[in-house]
Amino acid sequence: MELDAKIPSGPIEKKWDKHRFEMKLVNPANKRKFRILVVGSGLAGASAAATLAELGYEVDCFCFQDSPRRAHSIAAQGGINAAKNYQNDGDSVYRLFYDTVKGGDYRAREANVYRLSQVSVDIIDQCVAQGVPFAREYGGMLTNRSFGGAQVSRTFYARGQTGQQLLLGAYSALNRMIDAGKVTMHPRTEMLDVVLVDGHARGLITRNLITGEISRWAGDAVILATGGYGNVFYLSTNAKGSNVTSAFRAYKKGAGFANPCFTQIHPTCIPVSGDYQSKLTLMSESLRNDGRVWVPSNPEDARAPNEIPESERDYYLERRYPSFGNLVPRDVAARAAKKECDEGRGVGSTGLSVYLDFAAAIERDGRDQIEDRYGNLFEMYERITGESPYRQPMRIYPAVHYTMGGLWVDYNLMSNIPGLHVLGEANFSDHGANRLGASALMQGLADGYFVIPYTLGHYLATGWQGKVATDHPEFDKAEEEVKAKVEKLMGIGGRTPVDVFHRELGQIMWDHCGMARNREGLQKALQLIPELRERFWNDVAVPGDSMELNPWLEKAGRVADFLEFGEIMCHDALDREESCGGHFREEYQTDEGEALRDDENYAYGAVWEYQGPDAAPKLNKEELSFEYVKLTTRSYK
Amino acid sequence: MKIKLTVWRQRNRNAQGAFKDYEVEASPDMSFLEMFDVLNESLISKGEEPVAFDHDCREGICGACSMVINGSPHGPRQGTTTCQLHMRSFQDGDHIVVEPWRARAFPIIKDLVVDRSSFDRIQQAGGYITVNTGAPQDANAIPIGKAEADEAFDYAACIGCGACVAACPNASAMLFTASKVAHLSLLPQGAPERRDRVRRMVTAMDGEGFGGCTNHGECSAACPKEIGQDAITLLNREFMRAGVSAK
Ligand SMILES: Cc1cc2nc3c(=O)[nH]c(=O)nc-3n(C[C@H](O)[C@H](O)[C@H](O)COP(=O)(O)OP(=O)(O)OC[C@H]3O[C@@H](n4cnc5c(N)ncnc54)[C@H](O)[C@@H]3O)c2cc1C
Ligand code: FES
Repeated sequence: MELDAKIPSGPIEKKWDKHRFEMKLVNPANKRKFRILVVGSGLAGASAAATLAELGYEVDCFCFQDSPRRAHSIAAQGGINAAKNYQNDGDSVYRLFYDTVKGGDYRAREANVYRLSQVSVDIIDQCVAQGVPFAREYGGMLTNRSFGGAQVSRTFYARGQTGQQLLLGAYSALNRMIDAGKVTMHPRTEMLDVVLVDGHARGLITRNLITGEISRWAGDAVILATGGYGNVFYLSTNAKGSNVTSAFRAYKKGAGFANPCFTQIHPTCIPVSGDYQSKLTLMSESLRNDGRVWVPSNPEDARAPNEIPESERDYYLERRYPSFGNLVPRDVAARAAKKECDEGRGVGSTGLSVYLDFAAAIERDGRDQIEDRYGNLFEMYERITGESPYRQPMRIYPAVHYTMGGLWVDYNLMSNIPGLHVLGEANFSDHGANRLGASALMQGLADGYFVIPYTLGHYLATGWQGKVATDHPEFDKAEEEVKAKVEKLMGIGGRTPVDVFHRELGQIMWDHCGMARNREGLQKALQLIPELRERFWNDVAVPGDSMELNPWLEKAGRVADFLEFGEIMCHDALDREESCGGHFREEYQTDEGEALRDDENYAYGAVWEYQGPDAAPKLNKEELSFEYVKLTTRSYK
Repeated sequence: MKIKLTVWRQRNRNAQGAFKDYEVEASPDMSFLEMFDVLNESLISKGEEPVAFDHDCREGICGACSMVINGSPHGPRQGTTTCQLHMRSFQDGDHIVVEPWRARAFPIIKDLVVDRSSFDRIQQAGGYITVNTGAPQDANAIPIGKAEADEAFDYAACIGCGACVAACPNASAMLFTASKVAHLSLLPQGAPERRDRVRRMVTAMDGEGFGGCTNHGECSAACPKEIGQDAITLLNREFMRAGVSAK
């Protein structure tokens, strides 16, 4: 597999400008002759579809929800970073770049991250112009909050619903282009394969989720903006429909899958309450601005939290990391919570949670201020648990939240398959081994509004190979394969519901490829997953018919892909004999239990290549070089 | 806790639907949708067809879930979507009747799943600010008072679920349309297009077959985001103003 990152030459702060100048353009009259197929209508997909249409391209956009507005981005809570330095507190493009590379534990590509930081400022301007109601000061200026892994206040937010407001902004831009006839939206449509013609991505096979009809789409380039794969763990903060299917189908067609084992476990989620649990709910990282994390110093202490005196509480983050305190990055905070619970100091009926306490903040700022900042999160917490965080501390525990891994892309956000571009959480580009809070929204919108509109034109002007139509034999082949898979799933006639398999897979992944990993566990998972997959294909029950709305068929298809994909994650975690960011190999830690990175041997992006069914995937490497940020041991002490 | 469920079953848009009874063993900590998951898994294991329903985020923000529970859209708890409703809001032995949204403009696709694409079409008719990517000035060049920004936000919080329509005796989409009109008209960025926007969105709404608003107020009572009737007052004011200026 050829992995040329195509990083422009020159000093880092000039690379993007220089590249923008050097890229070939498509003239305005020709743009309308190109049809772009965009899969996904989240922040990345909607912003890309709208902007490309504004430029004149014809766009088809697909999503599996009934409306593009319901893409999973809608659920993001806390905020979006940008190097505006409105607070005059020392922020700059360079600092955001530096924080992101460091926060990612030095496993991201410098040039991409620098560009992300550069365009971050334009995102805020764009969103405000669209009418996104960001939080403001009394004087009318935009206000900011802090997020983990940063010592400046650069996070813009819209109460606890930042993702919703940003997505509704992108959705409105998309609607404008639908209204203008430049975007055709295909909701309730699932992409089931990408079609390659002469090695280039030129089309899609989809299933209409209402009628079951399988269709072909031909285009001049394909964009996947299909989100993350955290649901491989079954329980995660992702929406129920979030999946790996489109990225995985592209992988099977030859696209490299980079760093699949880099998953982010978010430290502050509402703990699991029972077996029936279907998803986990995030309590935004922004809460750590004001909330203090603690456990009783004495593991035997069974008193209610409010009855435990200050002197008998261990504010373990403040103690262990005095300079960042409660605002250490996510991976650090999550592992620290696990450690407390593993050592018996966890609270709640299961012992699998720690306190997040607002009493001091309420005392200091008053209940009104706290309500203004976090009201909707507190309500959400109370609805789920029946307890009020105004009166007693929240109980929280880490949960799977985000996937840094994704399809490999070059500086132009193109995968190793020409014409196949990947944006947002679905690619691997910017967050290395750990994403900082409020940076996913930034990346999704950077990719869609400000990067792909330039780089896609360059592909069309230099790499494109002429029109293709859906009667090309490659479409026949892809459609047949998709139909055969649907028929196979419908024909198994088993007795066990899909979710039973999904839960079991999730448990395997959580136990062996979750917050902490080791060789033995990963090898065990590599044995268990194929066995589970075999049982799935013999005994899964898919009720109903394929030519109608059939949520069980949809789910079965997605879980079938997770059952293969989980294995690649384990291969990746096994190969990486170091600890970095969200990837913690128990064999590689310091005496104090901190992650032990090995830059000498593992400063690479691990890019996995499909080798056919039942064969182990092949590892390719993109060596990372760091010219600007010095590799040091990440310290938040 | 034992729950007796009576659920609307309908094969597809054109089929005749009917209620069907089920029994489920639930736990008070379960969400309402998790109770449906339990029901569906047991139906699948018995070889019966499970109940189709829309859902995705399961945390009250995507607007996908949509069940009429004992006659109320999203059930008995105020300011709560179906997915956020927990079984502790019910008692052991309760009988719960579950139906889809019912409105001419929301045809039933299957069981509890309805077609809400009419909502998207209303938004496409001007529910936006015309601004190309890359054109804007610095974000802080447009100061907006905190009170105005907060008020605009209150309307922008609409999740597009359609409970307002399901609750309205006329199946009117007035609150949904008004929320977007109010959000954008309260902000300076929305001012240049305010007249066209309100006219076009109201026309689109009428064209989709939603009923008229006769001020019942059921929409706000059912709204999981508690968007108030003042949105509708604002829409009416915008509409009047647009009408006057057209002459
Ligand atoms: C609860 C929660 C809170 C978060 N809070 C924050 C935050 O405060 N700040 C931050 O920066 N990040 C946050 N994140 C992360 C962030 O929300 C996501 O990473 C980001 O929104 C992903 O955007 P996206 O456009 O890449 O994908 P998504 O928004 O997931 O969109 C995926 C799109 O692809 C479509 N799709 C997927 N598969 C298919 C298929 N096979 N066929 C057709 N369509 C398909 C879907 O329909 C959807 O339209 C949060 C995440 C969660 C879960
Ligand atoms: S499932 Fe998203 S709001 Fe209920």
